[in-house]
This record gives sequence, structure tokens and C-alpha cells, in this order.
Amino acid sequence: MRRLLVAAIAVWLSVPLGAQWGGTLRLCLRSEPKTLHPLEAAEESSETIRFLTSAALIRLNRASQQPEPDLAVSWKITDAGRRIRFQLREGVRFSDGTPFTAEDVAYTFDLLSAASLRSPVADSFRSPLGVLKTTVHSALAITIDFPAPVAGLDRRFDGLSILSRRSPLKEKAVLGPFLIAQHQPGVYFHLDRNPHYWKTAPAGRRLPYLDAVRLEIQTNRDTELLRLRRGEIHLINKIEPEHFLRLKGDMPKAPYNAGPSLEPEMLWFNMVPTAPLPAHKKAWFTSRPFRNAVSGAIRRDDLVRIAFQLLATPAAGPVSPANRFWFNKDLSPRRHDPAGSLRLLAKVGFRKQGPRLVSPSGQPVEFTLITNSGNKTRARMAALIQQDLAEIGIRVHLAPLDFPSLIERITRTFDYDACLLGQTNLDLDPNSQMNVWLSSSPNHQWNPSQPAPATAWEAEIDRLMRAQAASADPAERKRHVDRVQKIVFDEEPFVYLLYKNSLAASSGALAGVQPAVMFPQVFWNIDRIHFAKGAAGN
Amino acid sequence: MSRARMAAWIVLALILGPALAAGWIAPAPYHRQFREAIAAPPSADHPLGTDELGRDRLSRLLHATRVSLLLAPAAALLSTLLAAFAGASAAWLGRFPAGAHQVSSDLLLCLPWMFLLLTVRAALPLDVEPLASLVITFLLLGALGWAGPSRVVRAAAASLRNSDFLLLARAQGVAGWRLLSRHLMPALRPVLAAQFWTSIPLFILAEANLGILGLGVVEPLPSWGGLLKELENYSAIAENPFVLAPAALLLACVWAMHVLLARKERAA
Repeated sequence: MRRLLVAAIAVWLSVPLGAQWGGTLRLCLRSEPKTLHPLEAAEESSETIRFLTSAALIRLNRASQQPEPDLAVSWKITDAGRRIRFQLREGVRFSDGTPFTAEDVAYTFDLLSAASLRSPVADSFRSPLGVLKTTVHSALAITIDFPAPVAGLDRRFDGLSILSRRSPLKEKAVLGPFLIAQHQPGVYFHLDRNPHYWKTAPAGRRLPYLDAVRLEIQTNRDTELLRLRRGEIHLINKIEPEHFLRLKGDMPKAPYNAGPSLEPEMLWFNMVPTAPLPAHKKAWFTSRPFRNAVSGAIRRDDLVRIAFQLLATPAAGPVSPANRFWFNKDLSPRRHDPAGSLRLLAKVGFRKQGPRLVSPSGQPVEFTLITNSGNKTRARMAALIQQDLAEIGIRVHLAPLDFPSLIERITRTFDYDACLLGQTNLDLDPNSQMNVWLSSSPNHQWNPSQPAPATAWEAEIDRLMRAQAASADPAERKRHVDRVQKIVFDEEPFVYLLYKNSLAASSGALAGVQPAVMFPQVFWNIDRIHFAKGAAGN
Repeated sequence: MSRARMAAWIVLALILGPALAAGWIAPAPYHRQFREAIAAPPSADHPLGTDELGRDRLSRLLHATRVSLLLAPAAALLSTLLAAFAGASAAWLGRFPAGAHQVSSDLLLCLPWMFLLLTVRAALPLDVEPLASLVITFLLLGALGWAGPSRVVRAAAASLRNSDFLLLARAQGVAGWRLLSRHLMPALRPVLAAQFWTSIPLFILAEANLGILGLGVVEPLPSWGGLLKELENYSAIAENPFVLAPAALLLACVWAMHVLLARKERAA
């Protein structure tokens, strides 16, 4: 009896009070999606459509950051991370009524293995050691064998949409909460609820609560904000600190601050040996004390307070404190210590000559900091860094460049001294950052595509990153990743400055919104979002 | 002198005078960040308040005015000289130069000049000093701004080609450079003056546009364009209306120049 009572209370508590069925949720896409094929999605707009229309075997709960059953009711990883067996959910149907079976999972992996398919999700399941193999045991059981151990295997399935082998609609038959009903290129998408979506509300009625989602393509951020204020849209997935504060003044309940995001802002020096830079500059930039001194002279608290109006967190390293499992708690942001910076520089022969710092070979220390033009917060950060470094006698020239010119310089010509930029991390797992940390990678920004590691510490990072990627033991992986964070903290190839807060906005009409730091921050639980009782949803 | 012209001269003097004395009368260095007084309202220390980095608005406005109002006329002079050379050559040196002028000015007028400026500016060395970057920006504006005025000059020069005074000069044996410099150019002077005066506000606005795009004048050196960027944040205007000061000065300058130009145009 007592158990029954507890269960009844639990069910009652889980029913959203005041939940209203129906209505059309409106939000903006920031560009026309480059593809509507769920396995080819690579940019934010395509990912948004994929997320709203598809389902995966395993979903990562954005709030708890833990994997949860979705199309698979259970799974088991064996053979040291080489094999995963799924037990699939029964009675699930695609949007056209076609039943979902293990054959569909096998078919999806066949498509994923096609050499012509280039997308982040396809790349995450590929291995240079061979191809994966699927074995269908029954309509609801399948095993996938990988050629080598895969770290964090279950989490990789979050981005993998399952397609139908038998449906004549091919990839247009979906398993997610919505399906594309109308699309006018460059203008809007209208998504209707999937009548066969498998999740149900506590009372047994099929989710989602909403009848439809309308996504209007809107590139201008100011207009998007204006439309939220007017009530023309209901959600904004990401907003700038300035817009957040403006909204907070006018609509106090609209903005959400989910705390530090996964996206750091950092600067780095050009350490490419073939870069067209004078030898003395190359010597400065490859000197660890020089990089540490620059880092110690920057007031991160002021960057957070002035450039981000306190909507950011000082950074210690490459893993955000929002990434609860992987963040190395022993690290804390480098303290502002200009006197310490000068002592460090003096040890390697730099000296103050009047207000200017002079290098051991007699050159006044100055460098140019490039960043992308048009980003106001980054421009403010650059101006603050300029004054901070002037305090220790380093003269910084600021050069805002349009984005294509900046990319050209940092990836092809290497004609720059230092760069201030942000990094986008969509995933919590450190494997998603392999392309940044491996010295052979073209995205190893300070010195890309090295034939062999240029320094002992880069060789050590390579070794540790490969070791964590080959291990299925979370504790062992964590040890390796913690060590990588410590090396990066000490060597500072990237001078990490801060993590922007994950900021979103929702009109007061909605309930059930739970903003998180991972994409899609504000509508990851779209099937549970609904209009509050009495709110107009059309 | 009409009242309007008198007022225009006074406005220009009131704007340019303090700007020229910026080094002496500005309350603080234009680049100094007062980090404990971010976006502060007007006070005794900061008569127009501070910007989002805590820099004194009045000091920045004075220096920006000096920068924009000295370099825009220089760019206008450059473009007018280029226009005079190109227009007069096209009108006087036969069919080939005329054709070349037609094609090159058509091409330049068709080009989206803002993107051209962005490309050229981005191709410059990165470590240019802020002042050098400023001078280069205005030089570019001047060097690219000749096409429109040169057509006006060409039409005026062509109409003068068969005028009596030039026929008389030729009959007396005057030719070549002497004919151009002593007889044609003085006759074209009112047209050139009008082109010069109309170019100044255009270049101020062009630099402002470049500044809004984050190019042009490099931080921390202020210019009107850079200061006008703050107007993107309309809530800042409500908090401190002095954010509008550069826009007001730009408006006053453009008005004054148009009033002064009206007479020049009549003369032209």
C-alpha cells in the first residue's frame, strides 16, 4: 500500500502542472540548413532540424550529462570497448507507420560506412584500423563490433539518427517528435508532430505536447531578440551577454543563464616554424616563460566583469567547469600577477627599459593580436588585454580582420603573431577535441600538421590523448585527460581566458524549458516543452 | 556673408578648435581605461561619462574629431586631384584616353567599393601603427573616390574645349601643360571646389561605415566611426544621451559643409 502511494505521488509529481496540449512553438534558425539528411548534418541549422525530427539509440540527458535509453531500452559494452549490444524498444514506428527494427539500425550503419559520406557523426564511427560490423540477432537485438576499443562508446550514439530500411520515404521517415511538413527555402520550416512518436505523457497520451514547431530563418541577432520581445517567437537558443542584460531589464523572466558553457575564449601565439615571422618573435612565442608571463599579466576577472558583464567564468584550461566529469578540479585560473610575470621574464633575459619591455636580443617586445571583426565582446577583450600587457611593457597592436582573412592567416599563410578567438565544443567527451590536441592535426592551431611532435610536451599530449581514446575504463581515461589539462595549464599553448556563460531566452508562454550547456541548449527536451495554461500558442 | 554661412563657419570653428587643442584640454588620455568607472554617467571627472571600457568620452570625442576632420579633407583633396587629372585628360587627350576613362570609371563605380575597401584594408600589414592605419584608410578612400567627380570634371572640361578664350589662347600659340595649367584649370576651379567640398562629408561617413564594420581606424585610436559603433546598443543611449555626441557632431559638420558648399555650387 505504501509503495502504491509513493508511486502515485511520483506519477502525480511528474505530470507537469498546468500543461497544455497543442500550440505552435516558434523559433529562429540562423541560416538555411546545408542538408536535411540526418547523417550529413554538420552545422547548427542542420543539427537543429536533425535533433527535432530524429531519434537515437541512446540520448545524452543534457541536464544530468548522462546517457539515457531512447530507441534502445538497454545496452552492454563488452570486449574492452570493442563491442556493444543493444536491446531495442518494442512497438516503435517511423512517422509513416513503418515498424522500427534492428534491420534499420544495421541499415543506418551501412549508410554510415559509405566512403563518400563525410560528416562529424560518420567520422566519429570510423577507424583507420578497419570497418565496423553489425550482427542482427532478432528484430529487437543487434550487436555492433568495432575494429578497436572505442572510448566513451555509448555517448557517441547521441548524434546518430536511425533511418528506415523499408520505408519508401527513406530518410524522410523519422522517429523523432516532429516531421518536416513544409519548407520554403530561405524562409521557414514548419514541423508537425509525429503521430507515431513513441514517448508518452504520464497519462498515456503520445508526446510531444506541441502540435507544431515553426522555424523561421533569421540571420540578424537583433531582429531575433526584437521578435522575442514582440512575442513573435518563443525561444532563442543562444544570446549574447549584452542582449541577455537588455532582456533582463525588460522581461525579467525571459533570459536563462545556465552557467559556464563548454566554449572557451583563448589566445595563442604562432609557433609554426615556417611562419614568415622574424626569428626573435619565434623565440619569444616558443618560450614557455614568455607565454606564462603574458597569461599572468592578463586580468581575467576584468575580462569577465567588463567584456562579459559578469556572464562568464575565468578559465583554467581546455575543459570547462561545466563538464562535470572531465574537468580537472585541481586547476584554477592563473592569478593576475604582473610582478610575477616580470620576474619570470627577467629569468630568461627580458628587461624593462623605461616603460617598454626589451627582449634578450634588444628588441622592444611588441606583437599584433588578430581577432575577427564585428564581435563586440571580443573587441573589448582585446582592448583590455592591450592595456593589461602595457603594464608589463608589452605593446600590443590590435588587428580585427574579417573572418575569411583571419582563417586564411591562421590555417594557410601563418602570417600572424597571436590570435584571440573562441572554440566551439559540442560534446562533453574529450575525444571530440582529438583534432585540436594531436600534433599531427590541422586544427592543432599554434603549430598545425606537425610530421612529428615539435616538443616533448606535445609528444606527451599525443600519447595521453591516444591512450585515453583507446581505453574503455573511465577512471583511466580521466587520469590521462587530467594530465593533459595540467600540461596545457603549465605550457599554455592556448592561453585560456574565460568560458562564456550559456545564455538562452524563452518567452513567458512556455513551461518545461530546462536550459543546459550542451547543444541544443534550450530545446533538448522538446517533447516535454509545452505552453503554460492559458498561454496562446498559435 | 549670410547668417546661415556665418553660423556654419562658427559651428565648424567650435568643433575644430577644441579638437585641434585635444592634447591640452582633454581630461584624460584617450586610451586610458578607468576600470572602476565602466559606462559611468557624466561627472566632474568625466564630463561626458565613460564608455564600456571605462575610457573618458570627452577625451575620445576630442581626439576623434581631430582625426576625422583633418583626414577627411586630405582624402577629399586627393580624390579631387585625381578626378581633375583623369577628367581633364579624358576630355583633352583624344579618343583612347576618353575611352579608358569611361571604362575605368564605369568599373570603379560598379564595384561594391565597401567590399573593395574591406579587402584592401585586410591585405595591409598587421602591425601598422593606429595612426598609420588611419592615414592608409583615408588614402584608400581618396584613391578610390575619384571616379564620380572625374565624370563631372570631364563634362566641364569638354564643354570648355571649344570655348572662345581657349581658342584665342591656342591661336596665340599656347599649348600643352601651359594651356592646361594657365587656362583650363582656373576655369575648372569652381567645379573642383564643389567636388572637394561634397567629398568631405562623404569620406567622414565612409570612415564611419568602416568603423562600424570594425575596420578602418584601429583601437585604441578613436574616430567618429569607432565612436558611432556604440549607437548599436540603444539601451546605452537611454542611460547616457551623450553617447549621441559624435552623431550630433557629424550631423553639424555635414550641415555646415553643405551650407558653405551651396555658395560654391552656385559659383560653379
